[in-house]
Amino acid sequence: MKMVRLPTAFVPLVDAAPLIVAEEMGFAREEGIALDLIAAPSWSSVRDMLAFGRVDAAQLLSPVPVAMALGLGGVTQPVSAVSVLSVNGNVIGVSRALEDRLRASGYGFDFHDAAGAARALVAVADRPLVFGVPFPFSMHVELLHYWLESSGLAEKGFEVRTVPPPLMVRALAEGDVDAFCVGEPWGSAAVEAGAGALLLPGKAVWSFAPEKVLAVRTDWAETEPHLLGKLMRAVWRAGRWLDAPGHRTSAAEILAQKPYLDLPSEVVDRALSGRLTISSHAEQRLVDGFVAFHEGAANFPWRSQAKWIAHRLAGRLGLDEAQARARAAEVFRSDIYRAQMASTGADLPGASEKLEGAIREETAVASRKGGLMLPPDAFFDGRVFDPDRI
Amino acid sequence: MSDRITIVVVEEDRERAISIVDALRASGPYDVHVIGNASSLARRIGALAPDVVLIDIDNPTRDMLEELTLASGPLERPVAMFVSGAASGLAREAVEAGLSAYVVDGMQPDRLKPVLDAAIARFQMMRQMRRELAETRRALEERKVIDRAKGLLMKARGIEEEEAYALLRKAAMDQGRRVADVAEALVTASGLLS
Repeated sequence: MKMVRLPTAFVPLVDAAPLIVAEEMGFAREEGIALDLIAAPSWSSVRDMLAFGRVDAAQLLSPVPVAMALGLGGVTQPVSAVSVLSVNGNVIGVSRALEDRLRASGYGFDFHDAAGAARALVAVADRPLVFGVPFPFSMHVELLHYWLESSGLAEKGFEVRTVPPPLMVRALAEGDVDAFCVGEPWGSAAVEAGAGALLLPGKAVWSFAPEKVLAVRTDWAETEPHLLGKLMRAVWRAGRWLDAPGHRTSAAEILAQKPYLDLPSEVVDRALSGRLTISSHAEQRLVDGFVAFHEGAANFPWRSQAKWIAHRLAGRLGLDEAQARARAAEVFRSDIYRAQMASTGADLPGASEKLEGAIREETAVASRKGGLMLPPDAFFDGRVFDPDRI
Repeated sequence: MSDRITIVVVEEDRERAISIVDALRASGPYDVHVIGNASSLARRIGALAPDVVLIDIDNPTRDMLEELTLASGPLERPVAMFVSGAASGLAREAVEAGLSAYVVDGMQPDRLKPVLDAAIARFQMMRQMRRELAETRRALEERKVIDRAKGLLMKARGIEEEEAYALLRKAAMDQGRRVADVAEALVTASGLLS
């Protein structure tokens, strides 16, 4: 059988793991495809390579396809999110100066309580705090706004500014930003460089946030359904392998290699194990399910997740909310996911939308095979998002 | 407002910046500004109010420019990558050449084309030069590693240089790998053993 080569763009992050593992562990080969993995220096470059046909598939921040559908950002070609590559996996951190003030105020860095962390920040902030994020359309931005807008920090004012993660350590040291929200390994990199301390894992704000998606051009999905199916199944099997017990060390070693993250595998392992070093005092915190690649139907592109993103973008940027939700729902392709995954062992939920934030305990839901358990998806403040009600 | 097109080039490397500016000035009467470092990039670009912003696709600070697309103040002008559908062929060409351009909404494609043509040609040239440089460097590195591997073999087995090379080449052929990779494996292994 002839191998079809699929140029695929990714950003060298821990959560690029499903694409890297699909190629390295032979899941792509089993499907008769080879992923030509192209490491990109920025998110706009990934998006442009996908939009202009330089690559056929890409890892994207989950809000990017939604933003493109809403006409936001530099490029608005129609792109489809065909599956979720990873859930959670971000960290929120503070500069050394802010860390010192928080410690002096008696804050214990529990790395768990989002409301408590916001209160601690309010107590020590003497001016509007500036938060650095990797990209204007990202879960990082959405988590920060959701977390802070109902806190006392909203009255004091705060700013969210784009700073590419490789420049974050310098921006922290020079006082350009006071805090940040980034994906791993960049949080650990800031700790290692002595530039700051970690305050919260992203999942402390939203316990089941779709972080990265597998994206293709919508017209490509229509003209190449067989190829798309091969790609989706290979990546799904890679995610299952990643979340299975006993594969973590191998996964960390694969990701740590030079063409990918080019880092000590110990640093990569922190995110995979959820055992993070949060400060230069070598304090460690353990986060259960820090990042998920498979468990709890993690890969299913819930239309309600896309609608939540649209709801947030529309509210902040003053767009028509009903229209934004409708457009966003068309971008998270639960229809394609169902059609392409039918031949795998993947259990598929009966519905394509859920009340985001309503699951407090692991819950059994109606599914094709009948045994699907969904993990908690609660927001830190207990609010529930109804995708059908504005 | 004058009719002249204002262009901002974001480029840290001085020589590359000069080379791009020269190419643009040779192609038309443009106002060209260069921004060298990343701090408060969006604000500085906003102050210059350019019609076109050019930046290397590999430059990570590019993501900061995305914030320009959200400009919402009354004096701020919306910016997009190739807003016009007519320019999408140009866009693909630019991406291939390693260039991204942000263009003010409503700029006519016929005014934009000469700017982008000149920039694309220059970026292609620079990309070619970079690729050649990287290849030369890699070839040099590989040569060094092969020499070290040969030296190790000569010492360990008491053989001549030619024989050592033949040995490396045979191992590479047997394993279907490149001589440089076999040499690197040998050098790494011997480093661990000694």
